[in-house]
Amino acid sequence: MSEPNKYETVVGLEVHVELHTNSKIFCGCSTAFGAPPNTHTCPICLGHPGVLPVLNRQAVEYAMKAAMAINCQIADVSKFDRKNYFYPDSPKAYQISQYDQPIGENGWIDIEVNGETKRIGITRLHLEEDAGKLTHVDGGYASLVDFNRVGTPLIEIVSEPDIRTPEEAKAYLEKLKAIMQYCDVSDVKMEEGSLRCDANISLRPYGQKEFGTRAELKNMNSFRGVQRGLEYEQFRQAEILDSGGEVVQETRRFDDTLGKSFSMRGKEEAHDYRYFPDPDLVRLHISEEWKESIRSTIPELPDARKARYTADYSLPSYDAEVITSSKKLADFFEESLSYTKDAKAVSNWIMGDLLGYLNANGQEITDVKITGQGLGEMIGLLEKGTISGKIAKTVFKAMLETGKLPQQIVEEQGLVQISDEGAILSIVNQIVEANPQSVEDYRAGKEKAIGFLVGQIMKETKGKANPALVNKLLLERLK
Amino acid sequence: MALFDLRLQDVHNKLNNKELSVSELVSASYARIAETEPAIKAFISLNEENARLQASELDKLLQEGGERGLLFGLPAGIKDNIVTEGLLTTCASQFLSNYNPIYDATAVRKLKAAQSVTIGKLNMDEFAMGGSNENSSFYPTRNPWNTEYVPGGSSGGSAASVAAGQVYFSLGSDTGGSIRQPAAYCGIVGLKPTYGLVSRFGLVAFASSLDQIGPLTKNVEDSAYVLQAIAGYDAGDSTSANVDIPDYTSALTGDVKGLRIGVPKEYLGEGIDPRVKEAVLKALAVYESLGATWEEVSLPHTEYAIATYYLLASSEASSNLARFDGVRYGVRADNPSNLIDLYRKSRSHGFGPEVKRRIMLGTYALSSGYYDAYYLKAQKVRTLIKQDFDQVFSQYDLIIGPTAPTPAFRIGEQVGDPLTMYLNDICTIPVSLAGIPAISIPCGSAEGLPIGLQIIGKPFDESTVLRAAHAFEQNTEHHKQRPQL
Amino acid sequence: MSITTKDVEHVANLARLELSDSEKSQFTEQLNAILKYAEKLNSLDTDNVEPTSHVLPITNVMREDEERPSLPIEKVLLNAPDEEDGQIKVPAVLE
Repeated sequence: MSEPNKYETVVGLEVHVELHTNSKIFCGCSTAFGAPPNTHTCPICLGHPGVLPVLNRQAVEYAMKAAMAINCQIADVSKFDRKNYFYPDSPKAYQISQYDQPIGENGWIDIEVNGETKRIGITRLHLEEDAGKLTHVDGGYASLVDFNRVGTPLIEIVSEPDIRTPEEAKAYLEKLKAIMQYCDVSDVKMEEGSLRCDANISLRPYGQKEFGTRAELKNMNSFRGVQRGLEYEQFRQAEILDSGGEVVQETRRFDDTLGKSFSMRGKEEAHDYRYFPDPDLVRLHISEEWKESIRSTIPELPDARKARYTADYSLPSYDAEVITSSKKLADFFEESLSYTKDAKAVSNWIMGDLLGYLNANGQEITDVKITGQGLGEMIGLLEKGTISGKIAKTVFKAMLETGKLPQQIVEEQGLVQISDEGAILSIVNQIVEANPQSVEDYRAGKEKAIGFLVGQIMKETKGKANPALVNKLLLERLK
Repeated sequence: MALFDLRLQDVHNKLNNKELSVSELVSASYARIAETEPAIKAFISLNEENARLQASELDKLLQEGGERGLLFGLPAGIKDNIVTEGLLTTCASQFLSNYNPIYDATAVRKLKAAQSVTIGKLNMDEFAMGGSNENSSFYPTRNPWNTEYVPGGSSGGSAASVAAGQVYFSLGSDTGGSIRQPAAYCGIVGLKPTYGLVSRFGLVAFASSLDQIGPLTKNVEDSAYVLQAIAGYDAGDSTSANVDIPDYTSALTGDVKGLRIGVPKEYLGEGIDPRVKEAVLKALAVYESLGATWEEVSLPHTEYAIATYYLLASSEASSNLARFDGVRYGVRADNPSNLIDLYRKSRSHGFGPEVKRRIMLGTYALSSGYYDAYYLKAQKVRTLIKQDFDQVFSQYDLIIGPTAPTPAFRIGEQVGDPLTMYLNDICTIPVSLAGIPAISIPCGSAEGLPIGLQIIGKPFDESTVLRAAHAFEQNTEHHKQRPQL
Repeated sequence: MSITTKDVEHVANLARLELSDSEKSQFTEQLNAILKYAEKLNSLDTDNVEPTSHVLPITNVMREDEERPSLPIEKVLLNAPDEEDGQIKVPAVLE
């Protein structure tokens, strides 16, 4: 095993994001996910003889928007090139992509790891078309091709080799996903393939300037998979270097189940993509006016929101980071604040009960029915003492599942807190009389006995008794 | 074959007066094909059943007196690289010998709207690569003037079928001279429009930055009518020009007084058959007599055009023809051992030698390390060639020269010598590189083989090109000559 | 610059063409002749010349993001050399 901290890891990520346009980038076919095979195809995306592409304006504008959101410079002149290679999922045997004049270049995003902010450079963002999907049949001897996904607009975002740890890689992806989500250019669902990631990773001894030989890691299907894949690759390369070997420059496939990467060598030949400008498409001239009109549609991005939450609501940096990492979650937070002033309480409920529930069920905020209004109003009921903290947990769970407002849940289930002194006193009396031993223990100085008595009272009232009143009345009764 | 020698207006008058029916026109077409096709071999496939059906529908329309399209009832042939839904489209390639298109080219849709009748699909050099039709993977088309000779190419079938009176008009495609040169060899009128005037959607791409569809007809007026029917902006072709389309026939005034004509010395120099040169000079004398003036001019980069063209066109072709991989359509090789084997076998069996040669050249020119030296360099020289024309057109209205350096050559004469074959295109290729319009019209003959005059115009100035061509035709008899078949 | 048979083999592989030995030697010879002929372009100084990829000065051709009907599956598969379950079938990519 290699000694820790001997090597510095250098990672660059290539992320593909599918843009959620209605139609494909070069034809009018639908981009909807999950249709029966080949039912979203036409002569153009099937690459029939004689067809020609016409660029989807929305795809260009989404790409511009995404590029601006990650601080890229937007090209004044951009163009499309053909990337030539044979593969059954590529109907024209070339992919229309961008080679030397991408939509955006020289951007960056900030990530936070272990409480520290780090800036990761973005080399470029370019627009291209997606390929089809292959399914293997006949025991692996044949493949079936579904062309539905061909022509879905993609942006490829290439980072600088600025990432140094698997955690940073994960944080980078999470931030990128959040930004794309805020910009509303993509569904960014890794499980549906609308966000995909390849990684270049190399190791070098600390202090060495030159990069080591890198491996390209593919087939990582989740953010956690990326982190695991990079961790494995760190380990693998360190072992090679320690034993005096040399890392081979190659493409490797990560197997999430086995937690290992495997060489794809021999299955892939040296590539010569023979890029050249696609003569079927014309140049894009991106005017300042056009840029400005797109820039004006960019909403407040996660970093800005996070800064606002820590400044205006005094949220801890970590909480603000977590809440703003999802636009839907941040929107939920803000909606709640229309119904209560207590931002800290909202944040606590989100960080605790809400995310706890979502993580346990592998869900997202959009998968549950609770509304910001519901949470805000529930906090109001707590403040007024209408419900107890304990009841609130019950109400919260009901809101997650039904989406009903707290008042309605409280009424339907009879969960209103008992704050009537007379009613509570009679139960206090009843419990005190029924538990003489505990009363005696308390009076003998055993403070603990009071807890038992309170518990009994709460049990009797099904948790609805106002705890502060119970305490007050019980202590008076025992004097 | 008198019927197809009539002017379009005369055909339509006869239809109006019920002296003629569309069915008779279509029958005449198939009768002539039956009679001459064994010698000419202009067609790859015929559309007889549908054409006769369509003819009777059009005749019904004629009876009812409904509104009629510009090319109403005219029997048309379509080059087999223009996609026709439900009608085999092979590009004269074994690879596509079974290809049944699932859509219509825009030009075909426009012909349908203009109500011409598609008679069949015309032979060509495979994927439009060649200038003799000898590269058809089925059989070579023969020149109606002398069946020992080539009809030219790549639209050889389109030219031969019109010259032989098999169809009233045809569509061809021109990448480096593929409409004009066969029109010259076959003694008919062939027009290559300005790049972007006619939609390329549905034209099987050879070299995307050069390909244009255009008409082949017996006279200039018909050329104007067919152009009128197929020209115009197409939102489905990003390189289509969004320009107003003038009324081309109204430009045919017969008046060329004051027209300034430039005659490039490079087009009449070394390598030009003296009989061709003589015919061109005689034609210029006709223009002079009609009040136009001509002067010798220079297009100094002409000698670089062929090299430029073959690098650019082959590079684009190597990518355009990559889709013929045997996966989704076309002839897939039997029992491939794996996927790469499927690609290699399907493509190697499916493509002929000239197609392979150009794919090889283009792949090499685009490959790593050579892009700047070949493709980029050729694109820069293309700029210089285009500037040559801009320069001349700043002082002249038209450029006139020969279409081809020689009349048609014998079948087999130039096979196996690609470079010599390429040099036949010296007068047409620079025009293609500049993207400007040019027409070839008959202007003489040598030993019974026609000679073509090329009239080249400014971008989108087809009207002046047609006007000059028409005026020449009005004052000469060359276009009335017919081959004896 | 002169092309060798090895270059021809490399290019044929990129282009997915299978060439016989006689084709290889023929193409080697012919491509050399054509490229030698193309060397004449090098006599031109093009340092300050912009490349022409389009003869027309057209830019920014785009369509609106409107969905249009796709083909019925019968048409998609009409020309398919081999199909299964509505998909095109090919030998495995990797073997």
